[in-house]
Amino acid sequence: MHYTLCDLLSDLTQNAIEAGSTKIRVDLRESDGEFAAVIADDGRGMSPEVLKRATDPFWSDGVKHPGRKVGLGIPFLIQTAESTGGDWKIESSDGSDGSPRGTTVSCRFDLANIDTPPVGDVAGYLRQALTFDGSYEMTVTRETPRGSFEVRRSELLDALGLAEEGSFTDAASLSLLGQYLESLLEE
Amino acid sequence: MAKMTLEDLRKLRDATQAQIKKRDTEGKHMQVIVGMGTCGIAAGAKATLDAFIKELDEKGMSGDVIIRQTGCMGLCNNEPTVEVVVPGMPNIIYGGVNPAVAKGIVEKHLIKKELLNERILDRPAADILKK
Repeated sequence: MHYTLCDLLSDLTQNAIEAGSTKIRVDLRESDGEFAAVIADDGRGMSPEVLKRATDPFWSDGVKHPGRKVGLGIPFLIQTAESTGGDWKIESSDGSDGSPRGTTVSCRFDLANIDTPPVGDVAGYLRQALTFDGSYEMTVTRETPRGSFEVRRSELLDALGLAEEGSFTDAASLSLLGQYLESLLEE
Repeated sequence: MAKMTLEDLRKLRDATQAQIKKRDTEGKHMQVIVGMGTCGIAAGAKATLDAFIKELDEKGMSGDVIIRQTGCMGLCNNEPTVEVVVPGMPNIIYGGVNPAVAKGIVEKHLIKKELLNERILDRPAADILKK
């Protein structure tokens, strides 16, 4: 099991990026008793059969790691939600049924449950999710009773002078991005 | 610290850029690649990533090093794993890279160009290598 809810989200967001998505939406909603997240992508998606198997910790599609039979990202989400009074839902389509391709992972955690992991470092998670290699657009929204914000990966790249490169490269940019995200989370 | 706007971020970037440009670009291609698979995340790779960024910033080297994230390198029992690429040195994969070891990698490998022998793993697991 991951140590924080943000670690769990890192794992699931990486799935969205690796699915070849061009647009990813990350919505975080936090109230006093609840933490909810939606990660929606337009990547290659999963057929109903694959989606069912992806919930099995002893299954992996074998593409990234030929011969390995373990895939723990989604099972960690399920285990954490189910053992702490939370909810999870994954909807996906690989396009074969005519609906748009992509995957949407939604989850909700009860922060009052003693077994719910701590939320963790939101700014650190967002920095990580926004800075993978690749040319995906990511829109992050966060809502709390104390305020809200929205950031877009393309706007951040532009502000950091990296629009042409299309990815966050040097440690200096990562550091500045960290400062920016930390400031947005100030309450 | 008040909430920054994108404009503030741009200004901060411009100020930093000026500092970076003053420095020689020698060593521009050093790379630190942090394994961020499920195994890495579970073992604390995010703290490792944060530690590299903070350490490089404090040493004034943040403009000289590229930091990237990658998936599992197949060495899940040695997470967090980090690959370090320095021109003129062999590419090295280190295991068990907690924030303290990350600091050691910056001070020893990146600055003094010496390896941290006790943390070296050989190479990615055989079933992960591209054939």
